[in-house]
Parts: sequence; structure tokens; C-alpha cells
Amino acid sequence: MKYKILLNISLLAGVLIPGILRAPLLAQDDRDALLLLEKVDKNLSSESRIFESSMTIHGRRSDRTLTSKSWSKGEDSALTEYLSPASEAGTKMLKLGDNLWIYTPAADRTIQISGHMLRQSVMGSDLSYEDFMDDRKLTEMYHAAALVKDTLRGTRVLVLDLTAKVNDVAYPRQKMWIDAEKHVPLRQEMYARGGQLLKRIELYDVQRIQNRWFPTRMVYKDMLKTGGGTEFRIESIVFDAEIPAYLLSKAGLR
Amino acid sequence: MKKFLFKGILRDKGRSLLPVIVVSLGALLTVFLYSWVTGVLGDSVEMSSNFEGGDVKIMTKAYAAESNQFPNDLALLNVDALLEELHSVFPEVDWASRIRFGALADFPDSLGETRGQGPVAGWGVDLLSENTREPERFNLPAAVVRGKMPEKPGEVLLSEDLAARFDVGPGDVFTLFGTTMEGGFSFVNFVIAGTVRFGTTGLDRGAVLMDLEDARSAFAMEDAAGEILGFLPQIHYDEDLAQEIAARFNDHFNQYTEEAGEDAEFSPTMLTLSQQEGMAQILVYSKAVSAMLIFLFVAAMSIVLWNAGLLGGLRRYTEFGVRIALGESKSHIYRSLIWEALMIGALGSVLGSVAGIVLVYIFSARGFDFSGFIQNATILIPGVVRPAITPAIYYIGFIPGVFSMVLGNMLAGIGIYKRETSRLFNELDV
Repeated sequence: MKYKILLNISLLAGVLIPGILRAPLLAQDDRDALLLLEKVDKNLSSESRIFESSMTIHGRRSDRTLTSKSWSKGEDSALTEYLSPASEAGTKMLKLGDNLWIYTPAADRTIQISGHMLRQSVMGSDLSYEDFMDDRKLTEMYHAAALVKDTLRGTRVLVLDLTAKVNDVAYPRQKMWIDAEKHVPLRQEMYARGGQLLKRIELYDVQRIQNRWFPTRMVYKDMLKTGGGTEFRIESIVFDAEIPAYLLSKAGLR
Repeated sequence: MKKFLFKGILRDKGRSLLPVIVVSLGALLTVFLYSWVTGVLGDSVEMSSNFEGGDVKIMTKAYAAESNQFPNDLALLNVDALLEELHSVFPEVDWASRIRFGALADFPDSLGETRGQGPVAGWGVDLLSENTREPERFNLPAAVVRGKMPEKPGEVLLSEDLAARFDVGPGDVFTLFGTTMEGGFSFVNFVIAGTVRFGTTGLDRGAVLMDLEDARSAFAMEDAAGEILGFLPQIHYDEDLAQEIAARFNDHFNQYTEEAGEDAEFSPTMLTLSQQEGMAQILVYSKAVSAMLIFLFVAAMSIVLWNAGLLGGLRRYTEFGVRIALGESKSHIYRSLIWEALMIGALGSVLGSVAGIVLVYIFSARGFDFSGFIQNATILIPGVVRPAITPAIYYIGFIPGVFSMVLGNMLAGIGIYKRETSRLFNELDV
């Protein structure tokens, strides 16, 4: 009887142990990918931030540079005011939750942008309104997998495959090249559900700002558009700054 | 002999009057219906020309490649100088600058907040300058449902269906949200001067028509235009002339661009109506339908006149018998029959064609107004149609008139050779 029980235990162990040994190996990869993505979030996300930026749009015919100042709080509230050129100065974009409004002093009107308009280009750039709006943490939107080591522009990187775990994301799949030491993305490729490459972002000039690494220059390329891409440069940025409540409200638009 | 036969035709009305009347009517109908079919199909093509493509259209090469998206960032620049050159080189063509755009019409509530929004397809055309023919090309005065035509800058026409959907009308203000030529935001408030209905779903779903200068101001397109349309003096589209003009223009500008070392992508190029997207098929279809209808009608008319000739020949059976009995040769009788048919056919064709051409000119000037019958049409068709004046109307009536008459008589005359002199007295009851 004892022999039989021991035999059963041995058989059971023979079946289970290799599985048990294998399972942690796969989970470890996923866990490492998730940990890496959390580190990226830690660098890129903040409670609030105020930054000034310039956006140079390399069109087919000419280049155009816009400057703006932005305030954002959490994932849901953000305001951008365009400072130049003169034709755009005073135009403001306000995001509250899933809503987006634009105010323009030229028409003295506040217009809500919704539906398919959110997928349109902002100011002729390679960024859509959706790109501007989505400020959620990567770990909230994507499952991370396939940790692969590589080198990009002379920097050691880890390549992650991100698959959306929520439905309301602009890009169902992303491939991300992450600096293995600083934990910030150096390249992102965004794909449609069918696998078509929609957008590519190259990130440069990673700087140490308030105890975090942050890329201060990004080149966006909408792969479905002609033109030379859009260069987005952070001129100055302050994380976790105090932002007056009225600024992130519709009253703050006018 | 021909003079003798002609006198016989004129003097013996019993032999010529009815055949001449039949041939004249046949030729008249042929001329008029040919013009009618050509005119109706030509007017449909003309409407496409007026709304979309002109008889020729100038764009930059880059714009032309994506013209269905109205890429105003690739629009023509220095348009005033270009127009000046066009007026001097092609003075016979009427040139019109236009700006096409896609935008969002935002209708505010009493507090100025967004009450409703709808996408619109717009035209910036010359509505306000003196002697402009653009309102006529869009048939605007007749298309206005409520309100009036724009009379000053800042006033626009909105499609009636869109206006009804958002419960707005003449005097109300809405904001047009679009993109400037450089890609920036364009927010401009416009007053609705009137609402229009063109009778086609595509246009009536959401169209905005504004003055060209308003569009230039709204989309930061000073001295620029997406398209310059050229309209030839002929009422109906003339492909040969359009191609000749386009070839001359393109040769000139290709050479200029090459010599100046300018970016060829943004140099102007001229396309004829048939070279524009989707139009080639419409023109081929239109020509095929027109040719088929004309062939069927001419064939039917030919059979009618052939029969008239055949009956005319058979009716003279006794006369031919007497002439043979008197010693006239069969071939001489046959030749005289054909000559008579030719003369009657030609006389009838001339009379019928002249009457037909006069009718065509009268109705071409007046036009037939069918707009009341096509208010719910879903395709681009004209409300007023006119018979077309083309070179063919001067000869098309002769095809059934002369050809069929002669052919009918030739067939009827074959019987002459089957007559036997020995049996003539019996046949003639002598």
C-alpha cells in the first residue's frame, strides 16, 4: 500500500514538477517585462506637470514651428495654450476626461472635438488629437511580452511587445525599444489591429530631470502621411507642480 | 436626262410630293433627336464640368495626385500672375479660381457652446465680383430654397438638408472649423445668407458655398487657389479643343519649371475633363449611350424611308411596263429610277434638315426645363436640358434621307430586269 502511494506521488511529481519548473520561467519573462514597463511609467508619468514645448512640422512644402505651454494633472486633465506663431497664439486645447475642447480667440468660440475628429491631425502635424489626449500609464493600457535584447543608436535596449488590455486605446499593438539602463523608450512603433504600422516615434536627448529620466526630443512620423514628420521638443518641464484648479476647467479656456 | 428627271419630279406632284414629305419628316426627326440625345448627355457632362472639373483644370501636380482629398497645403500659389498669363495666352477660355475644402460646421447654442456639428464639403468660388459666371454654373439662384444669395463677405450658402438637420436658417451664425493651408487651425464664423438644394444627395448632405475671398481668408490662402478651372466657349464639352489647350499649357510649364529649376511637384499641370478622376468613364459611357441611341434611331428611320422608296418603286410597276414596251432599255429605266430617288431624297433631306436645324437652334436657346420632375434625383443631372448644336446636325439627316431612299428604290427596281417583253401586253391588259 505504502509502495503504491509512493508510486503515485512519484508519478504525480513526475508530471507536475517539470510543469512547475517551466511555469515560473515564462512568468518570469512576463514579470520582467511588466517590471520594465512600470519603470518606464515611473519615468514618464507624474501627478502633474507644466512644460513649454516647440513643435516643428516638416511639411511637403515648408516647415512650421509652433510653441506652446501645457499644464496637466493626473491622466484626465490637461490644457495646452499655443504661444506662437501669431496666427495660433491664444488658441487653447482643454482635455477633461474623454472630452476635448478647443477655444480660439479669432472666432471667440469654444468647440468640442469628438468622434472621428479625434483621429484627425493636430495643426497638420503627425500627431492626432487622440495622441495628445491619451496620458494613461502604459501598464494600465498594455500587456507586455517578448523581452528581447538589442542595440539602438549605440545604446543597449530591451524590446517589448505591448498588446492592449483595454478597448479604448488608439493603437492596439506597440513595439517599444527601451533604454536598458535609463528605462525610457527610445523608439516606439504603433500598429493597427490588422498589423499595419501606423506611427513611429524616435525619442532622443534623454535628460535627468527631478530624479527621473525623460526624453526631451521626439520625432513623430505618421506612416500614412507624406511629409518629413513632426519634431516635438520639450524646452522646459516641471513635474508634480501645483496647478490652479480653474486653469483645468472650461472657464480657463477664455 | 437629270434635268428632265428633275423637271418631272417638280411637275408630277403625285410622284414626288408624298415621298419628299416622308423624307423631310424623317430627316427632321433624325436631326432633332440626334441633337436632343447629344444635348441631354452633353448637359450631364457639362454639369460635372461646372461643379467639379471645368473643361480643363489647373492644379499643382502634387494636388492633382490627391485631389479627392482637397489637399490645400499643396495648392497653387501666385494665382493672380498665373491668371494674367492664362488670360493673355488663352483669351477664349473663361478662367475661374476655386478652393475646395472639407471642414466641420459647428452650430452654437445661445451660450455659444457646441449644440451640433456636421462635416461639410465646401466650395470657395467667386460669388461677389461683377460679371462672375460662377453662380450661374452652380445654378445657384434657382437652387436657393430659403433666404437669398450672399451679398457681402462673411455670408454663405448652406445646403438645406444640413440646415434643417441642425434647425438653422438664414441669418443664423455658425463656425466653420477647418485647416489652414499651412496646417493650422481655422475657426471662422459665417452668417447663413440662404439655403440651397441641388437635388443630389451627395451635395445636399452637407455643402457650404462661400465667396472665394472668404475662403482665402479662412484658410490663409492669400493669392492661392486649390484649382483653376477653364471653361471653353462651346456649350458642350469639346475634347479635342480641351486636349489641345492642355498640351500647349503643359508643354510651356514643363519647360519653364525645368529651366527655372523649380520643384516639379508644385508646378502647375492642366488636365482635361476626361483626364480627371472618374470622368473618363463617364465620358466614354456618355459617348457609347449616345452612339447607341443615335444608331438605333437612324436605323429605324432608314427602314421607314427604305420602305417608302420600295413602295414608291412598286407603285410605278405599270409605268415601267409601258416604258419597256415603248422600247426604253431596262438599265436606262433603272438608272432614271435611282436618279429620281437620289433627287427626292436630297430634296427631302435638305428641307427636313433645315427645319430640324431651325428647331434645334430655337430649343437650344430656350432649353427644356425638367427641374420640377427631378427634385428627388440622387445623381448629378441638369434641370434644364438643351439640344446640342454640333457639326453632325448638318449632315446626319441625309443618312436616312438619301441613303435609305436610294436603297429602297434600288431594291424595288430589281423587278424591272425580271419583266419580259413577250408578257408585257398580257400584263398591261392591252
